[in-house]
Amino acid sequence: MSEELIVPTMAEMMAEGKQPEILFWVGSAGSYDDRAKKITRAFVKILNKANVNFAVLGTEESNTGDVAKRAGNEFLFQMQAVMNIEVLNAYEIKRIVTCDPHSFNCLKNEYPSLGGNYDVIHHTQFIKELISSGRLTLEGNTYKGKRITFHDPCYLGRGNGVYDAPRDVLKKTNATLVEMKRHKRTGLCCGAGGAQMFKDAEPGDKEVNELRTEDALETQPEIIATGCPYCNTMMTDGVKFKEKEAEIKVLDIAELIADA
Amino acid sequence: MDYLPNIIFAIILIAGIGYFAKNVQKLIRNIKLGHKVDASDHKSERWQNVMRIALGQSKMVRRPVSGFLHVIVYVGFIIINIEVLEIIIDGIFGTHRVGLSILPESVYGFLIGSFEVLALFVLVSVIVFWIRRNVIKLRRFMANEMKGWPKSDGNIILYFEVVLMVLFLVMNATDSVHIIEATGTTFQDLGAGNVISQYMAPWFNGLSENTIVIIERTAWWLHIVGILAFLNYLYFSKHLHILLAFPNVYLGKVVPKGKFNNLDAVTAEVKLMMDPDADPFAAPPEGAEDDVPAKFGASDVMDLSQTQLLNAYTCTECGRCTSECPANLTGKKLSPRKIMMDTRDRLEEVGKNIDANKGEFKDDGKQLLGDYITNEELWACTTCNACVEACPVSIDPLSIIMEMRRYLVMEQSAAPMELNTMMTNIENNGAPWPYNQMDRLNWKDE
Ligand code: SF4
Ligand code: SF4
Repeated sequence: MSEELIVPTMAEMMAEGKQPEILFWVGSAGSYDDRAKKITRAFVKILNKANVNFAVLGTEESNTGDVAKRAGNEFLFQMQAVMNIEVLNAYEIKRIVTCDPHSFNCLKNEYPSLGGNYDVIHHTQFIKELISSGRLTLEGNTYKGKRITFHDPCYLGRGNGVYDAPRDVLKKTNATLVEMKRHKRTGLCCGAGGAQMFKDAEPGDKEVNELRTEDALETQPEIIATGCPYCNTMMTDGVKFKEKEAEIKVLDIAELIADA
Repeated sequence: MDYLPNIIFAIILIAGIGYFAKNVQKLIRNIKLGHKVDASDHKSERWQNVMRIALGQSKMVRRPVSGFLHVIVYVGFIIINIEVLEIIIDGIFGTHRVGLSILPESVYGFLIGSFEVLALFVLVSVIVFWIRRNVIKLRRFMANEMKGWPKSDGNIILYFEVVLMVLFLVMNATDSVHIIEATGTTFQDLGAGNVISQYMAPWFNGLSENTIVIIERTAWWLHIVGILAFLNYLYFSKHLHILLAFPNVYLGKVVPKGKFNNLDAVTAEVKLMMDPDADPFAAPPEGAEDDVPAKFGASDVMDLSQTQLLNAYTCTECGRCTSECPANLTGKKLSPRKIMMDTRDRLEEVGKNIDANKGEFKDDGKQLLGDYITNEELWACTTCNACVEACPVSIDPLSIIMEMRRYLVMEQSAAPMELNTMMTNIENNGAPWPYNQMDRLNWKDE
């Protein structure tokens, strides 16, 4: 156990008659996956540091249903969505931030027609906001001059056209940003999307995360930055597969900023 | 007997256009086999897309070499076809270069001159295209789905272009005998507009006037017949895109690419299940019957939307989608281009079935799923949208993949085992892994 984090739940807030400025949607990976939990904690550290009045749903949060939808199970997706919307609407949530681009896309685009209308942003967008409004200041020494390459998550980049926020945030660390040959619009998937995370790949001659890791290695980075818990897992595995884990770190932007 | 050429011309013209119209009708009928789509939203954005992506080819030029060459061929093709207008009038009324009786010599000369220059550019571009396909053998033209007809189709079109452009230039080069009424000279003597053909004219110098006239007339006839043949070839070719790209881009996705549609039929059922007051045994309300689709998702072309079927006819088989597909790049069977080609092939098969059975589709024991597209292909997709982003004519192969996955999961429970486990977990614990819902906030204290 590391440092104390302040993580209010909506239930607690409600009991005190308070309303947070933003709800942090943690997501299933961020709640249970060991690697992703570190990202969640890093992001909360940032929120605490910037004195953001936020809350989480805690045990009242359930899976968005996104992965079920991509797998083709529209029933399960809509059941999950309707359940979550009931909770969110009961708490009168207006604004949501999440570290998971899949939840981001699903909440932002696929919940509205089922009755869930919120202003949903990705954590890199929120961090950018915190920095530009002066609520969060970075020392800017930790990563000074380090070579960082950013891997675009499909559902943040192509899926929703958010290419700049993560890069703008990374620039604030004074690192040297190096782009992979395939980036932004042509960024290659890490291989986890569309429910692939939960199954073995079809027969082929390579794993997608291997290919993507090769893209990243070409830029000779010291750090591969990600903005999605699944991408993080895929790239971490890829770097291990290439036996480069001693030289190259795979870190979420939240983790980078929490230490910057 | 003087009118014989005019009559023959008119017959060829009517037959050519008539047969094309018949095939267009067939095409529309086939597309209408799909579900209706509502595209009344985002009007201005849709028109902007048509101007930018279809007319302006903004996505083509993302790959600069092929993009640039394609723009030349495309502009050349459209502009040179203005010349066809003159040919048609001349053909019907037996005039010669009627344009000169209407336009000032300088304007006419400028027009024909531009056509000639463009024709030369088109020729060069088409030759480069041919080399890319047949000598350099670019990877995206060598895939499995590009064997046989698709490969020939790609080349036939290039030969068509070469022949048409050469005929056009020869026709002008040998137009040195026939006196034009409006000017009293021949086209070559006129010295306006023969920018390129003047250098070709000397090739024919040694020939008798009679022979030159015969060459000129032959080139003229073959040119117009060639254009009509080209028009009719379209229906059988990936070159339908020169017409269909426009409606297709108009109907293309205007919401964020990550947004997948929510099935209304499912919403109705979910609402019913979640509503504590609903009586599950109550008779469905009047008219509700029609709203419930025969099935969830798609197993055949009739289950797809009209936009998806139009997508299939519009696909240029360029393979830009496949060349950016992570599954395909890592050797999986999935190729988004093949998804589109399979959809078109199956749709054509269904169309022929309808033709053969007096307008009724007779079950042929086949369907798109299984007979054309396999489960293995469908499950390899990461839903990354690279294919959608890459497509120069706004085709969405991913949406077809998703519809077929929906069918597999909701109608057949045929998901891979690991995915079934994942979904059961979500159902039971609200997470894709078998963890307790009550542990959801444990990360806070770890
Ligand atoms: S969405 Fe699917 S088919 Fe399209 S490029 Fe990505 S993996 Fe390939
Ligand atoms: S779907 Fe689009 S990108 Fe793919 S082959 Fe067809 S036209 Fe080309």
